[in-house]
Amino acid sequence: MLNIFQSLEISHYIYLSCVLFCIGLFGVLFRRNAIILLMCIELMLNAVNLLFAAFSEYMGDKDANGQMFVFFIMVVAAAEAAVGLAILVMVYRNTRKTDVSFLDSLKD
Amino acid sequence: MGNISNLPIPFLVLSFITILCALYVVTSKNPVHSVLALILTFFSISAHYVLLNAQFLAIVNLMVYAGAIMVLFLFVLMLLNLSKDSEPVKSNLWGVAAAISAGLLLVIITASFQKTGIAIMQGNAPEIGLVKNLGRVLMTEYLVPFELSGILFIAAMVGAVLLGKRDGATVQEIMNLNNDTNNA
Repeated sequence: MLNIFQSLEISHYIYLSCVLFCIGLFGVLFRRNAIILLMCIELMLNAVNLLFAAFSEYMGDKDANGQMFVFFIMVVAAAEAAVGLAILVMVYRNTRKTDVSFLDSLKD
Repeated sequence: MGNISNLPIPFLVLSFITILCALYVVTSKNPVHSVLALILTFFSISAHYVLLNAQFLAIVNLMVYAGAIMVLFLFVLMLLNLSKDSEPVKSNLWGVAAAISAGLLLVIITASFQKTGIAIMQGNAPEIGLVKNLGRVLMTEYLVPFELSGILFIAAMVGAVLLGKRDGATVQEIMNLNNDTNNA
């Protein structure tokens, strides 16, 4: 498994994660459907996870701290998805819409 | 940024699949297609984890993300009956503004990493990502965060149930309400 990294640099993983993160950011800014918004947040979290795992491999210091952080980010992401979808179901029940641009009652 | 033709084929193919599926998640009109593309993205990220000697993370990523969270998303899509395209079309101005914002962030981050220099991955020991080692670390060094994440899960579960419940309605009333809406 190690010989695959003979030509692989940490910067490649940095660029890949940056692209993934920015795609997720673009989705959060562009889409209005709340479910797609939550999915784009998951995408951004996954980009960070990938970078954590890559840096854990890059340091090569024979400990698992980077991978443990990925684990805890997954825990937080699961909790966030559950609560976010529950809020979404409640919003849909009250307004019959999942379009976030209609949720502007605080503006008035 | 070294020569791209020197990169290992698995890395190139996986990165290509990952970015393509992520783009489809964002641009697809149908939410169900978005969910399925996101599942494919998670599969390719899991393959990246395997390349990075994080075998346990790869399996957990598949089970938690592709298995549990995405099924939750699919169920909500089905419950709310959103599979058809119900999203109003946004004006092109919004798309341009969002693309410029995300593109600027990408440029800034990559430019700030330009000076970091070339660094070959050193590589961890292959057994570092196995469940034996990770479990030992989790139960010794990270015991307190582990217990705290349990509390977080309980709080999230209680919150989700409370939010999803109808206020003060019994199961019988909900059943009657559903029958009424079905008949109407």
